[in-house]
Amino acid sequence: MAAAAPVVELKQITKRFPGIVANDSISIKLHKGEIHALLGENGAGKSTLMNILFGLYQPDEGQIEINGQIVAIDSPNKAIDLGIGMVHQHFKLVQPFTVTENIILGMEPSKAGIQIDYKTASEKVKQLSDQYGFRVDPNAKVEDISVGMQQRVEILKTLYRGANILIFDEPTAVLTPQEISELIEIMKRLVAEGKSIILITHKLKEIMSVSDTVTIIRRGKVIDTVQTSDTSPAELAEKMVGRNVSFKVDKIPAQPKEKIIEVNNVSMKNKNGVSVLDGMTFDVHAGEIVGVAGVDGNGQTEIIEALSGLRKIDSGSIMLNGKEIGSHTPRQISEAGVGHIPEDRHKHGLVLDFSVSENMVLESYYKQPYTKRGFLNFRAINDLAKRLVEAFDVRTPSIHTKSRSLSGGNQQKAIIAREINKNPDFLIAAQPTRGLDVGAIEFVQTQLIRQRDQGKAVLLVSFELDEILNVSDRIIVVYEGKVIGEVRPEETNDQELGLMMAGSRQVQGGVKA
Amino acid sequence: MNKFLKWFASDSFIVSLAAIFMGLLLGAVVMFIGGYNPITAYMALLQSVFGSLDGFGEALREMAPLVLTGLAVAFAFRAGMFNIGAAGQVLMGMTGASLIGIKVTGLPAIIHAPLAVIVGALFGGLWAALAGYIKAKRGVNEVITTIMLNWIALFLCNYIVRTFLLMPGSQRSLDVESSSWVSIGWLSEMMGNARVHWGILIAILASIFFYYFLWKTKQGFEIRAVGSNPEAARYAGINVNKNIVKAMFISGVLAGLAGAFETLGVFHYQSIYSSLPQYGFNGIAVALLGMTHPFGVLAGAGLFGMLTYGASGMSFEAGVPSEIIQIVIGSIIFFIAAQGIVRFILKPVYKRKKEKVL
Repeated sequence: MAAAAPVVELKQITKRFPGIVANDSISIKLHKGEIHALLGENGAGKSTLMNILFGLYQPDEGQIEINGQIVAIDSPNKAIDLGIGMVHQHFKLVQPFTVTENIILGMEPSKAGIQIDYKTASEKVKQLSDQYGFRVDPNAKVEDISVGMQQRVEILKTLYRGANILIFDEPTAVLTPQEISELIEIMKRLVAEGKSIILITHKLKEIMSVSDTVTIIRRGKVIDTVQTSDTSPAELAEKMVGRNVSFKVDKIPAQPKEKIIEVNNVSMKNKNGVSVLDGMTFDVHAGEIVGVAGVDGNGQTEIIEALSGLRKIDSGSIMLNGKEIGSHTPRQISEAGVGHIPEDRHKHGLVLDFSVSENMVLESYYKQPYTKRGFLNFRAINDLAKRLVEAFDVRTPSIHTKSRSLSGGNQQKAIIAREINKNPDFLIAAQPTRGLDVGAIEFVQTQLIRQRDQGKAVLLVSFELDEILNVSDRIIVVYEGKVIGEVRPEETNDQELGLMMAGSRQVQGGVKA
Repeated sequence: MNKFLKWFASDSFIVSLAAIFMGLLLGAVVMFIGGYNPITAYMALLQSVFGSLDGFGEALREMAPLVLTGLAVAFAFRAGMFNIGAAGQVLMGMTGASLIGIKVTGLPAIIHAPLAVIVGALFGGLWAALAGYIKAKRGVNEVITTIMLNWIALFLCNYIVRTFLLMPGSQRSLDVESSSWVSIGWLSEMMGNARVHWGILIAILASIFFYYFLWKTKQGFEIRAVGSNPEAARYAGINVNKNIVKAMFISGVLAGLAGAFETLGVFHYQSIYSSLPQYGFNGIAVALLGMTHPFGVLAGAGLFGMLTYGASGMSFEAGVPSEIIQIVIGSIIFFIAAQGIVRFILKPVYKRKKEKVL
């Protein structure tokens, strides 16, 4: 009997927040050596549930059992004592500290109670890293290592504290495709060594490839718990969203017309004099979506900033409708007909402390009718906001709600509504679906295609290869600040693209996905 | 009307009120430990402010510069900057006003006084805009530059007074021409010669301007966007640097007005200062007290002015050293800044309220 007790059992957990039941009598069992995925849309209650397990929230009802024992987890420290570790979506690392310093932070081993014993600590980190195949350098500074490595440091941190139960909160949201497959290997290794994992995600592909069991949560309730081997992505998506979801985006073939934007031999150096754009050349025609594929850091951010006037180019030319815009200000470019859905919606897309309606006019507030004789015309602004909120299905309690309190998907819808409402000739969409759930992704992609069908030129930059392949009409691959290849989505696959993204022009099969 | 009531029931209003109450309570405890009777002391404080017309008038005079420096700090704050330099901007405002008040003669009062006020305000505004410019151009944190500019202002102003405006044999300037005075004669007379001046009216108008400008105009929208998320503002095509300089200029104008009115309305001359004027820094406290909202600043300055002015009465009537009032002010600011503590103490109250709702 005792041997069969699950490592974690959540029984009838209920958590209420003012005006909402975040978790409604949720029960979940996690067995030893299992990867249990928690699937649900943004705001379904996954994170609340895990915060309860990690001691950040107290449940209003229900109980938690660890190895068959009823426990009260009233703080993260208690959770850590019980062997629970959490790998947060946003890393909690001190950038200028080394890997080892970060890992021992808060429980530094000491010599004679005074001096920190870095040597023992770094050896222990090394040993853990080797045991699970992390290949982390214990003495590297966190600011110098890649995002994927930083995540491994987060995992090591939990292992160092003796975690047997690991919670991964949206671990792949920030990773490149290569890093994702490495992470999947690591997770498999961890469970093989006897750890148990709860994986919070809304990406179906990962669930299918890594998890043993899936629990689907919708609006705070458990919809179902199934064995991964008995299910399919379509079934999972339907259970998650509550309706049928099509993965293939429906679209008619593109009918490209005149050239809208022409990037010609554009180069740019960053502050340290390193070349970030190195003679980039491409064009986008009216009525087509051009997808930009590439590993993060190969010039995508820079070309977008150049196209929207946020950074000056060193040489080359950028023509919009035949007119040079390379040296124009962001406002001039915006007025010339460029819309921009920025990569980082919190940092660049919205003023989070502004209301939804204020954000809707963030780029047009100074125009008639939103400003009259220097004063804002709130009636016109609110009318616009109401119209856009309705048309783009932005779910918000009111247009006066601060955009901070909207979910990620609805924030993104608000930005898209604003940009599309500008009726631009050229629309830049940078990572438009990052961190969104299936329903919202479908919405965003449909909007992009609708823009294309209305004769706009769309540039789609994404790290999601599936998105690039599904949505684009033409794909350019960037590598080290250059376009190194152009392919048609129907004539390629993710292996070939992956190879090109790694800098190889060779088109050969036989590479492990 | 409904909106007004809502504001009174709002969280921040209740927390502010509780913070003030706790500050007064802590002051009472300190007085009690020190062997003074807190009730007599507070009564004496109220008596000196509200007991006589001239006392009330002087308390108003005390409030006027506090409102303006409080607004100055709050305005910069709304634009995402911390203007520690109100003191220096006040001094520049004084100097600008003194220069016009003393050197320009033969103008009718209706032109002379406003001119002196405007020049004082411009001096303050340009002084602060300098810090804004350095931030916009070179990215130097405005906290550093405004502190430095405070000291430069102090010695520059003293130099100007000593070299160009000095009343021979004294540590102050000549008197400003009476045509540049901004005192309200009839009101002063009515209030037992309290030094009431137009500054208090301008201060109230300034807080109304602050409100309308920031929340109702196009330019205010830009400044708020820059203050709240400069990156998003830049992406939206707003000229961030221009707005930084503009916001600092307006902030400095507000502080400069405080200085101009002190010279033209209260003293009618400018002293050679040995240290920076206190109400420059008290502006930070007032802005905090008022939650950087213009009407909050008005209320905060009212309270602050009352306490500082009443402190003298308190030491006179009840023998309580006026330093005690600094402890009270200090603890009120402490409780406002440390809202967590106030909320923690208020928790039982809130809980009961919530249960009632359920």
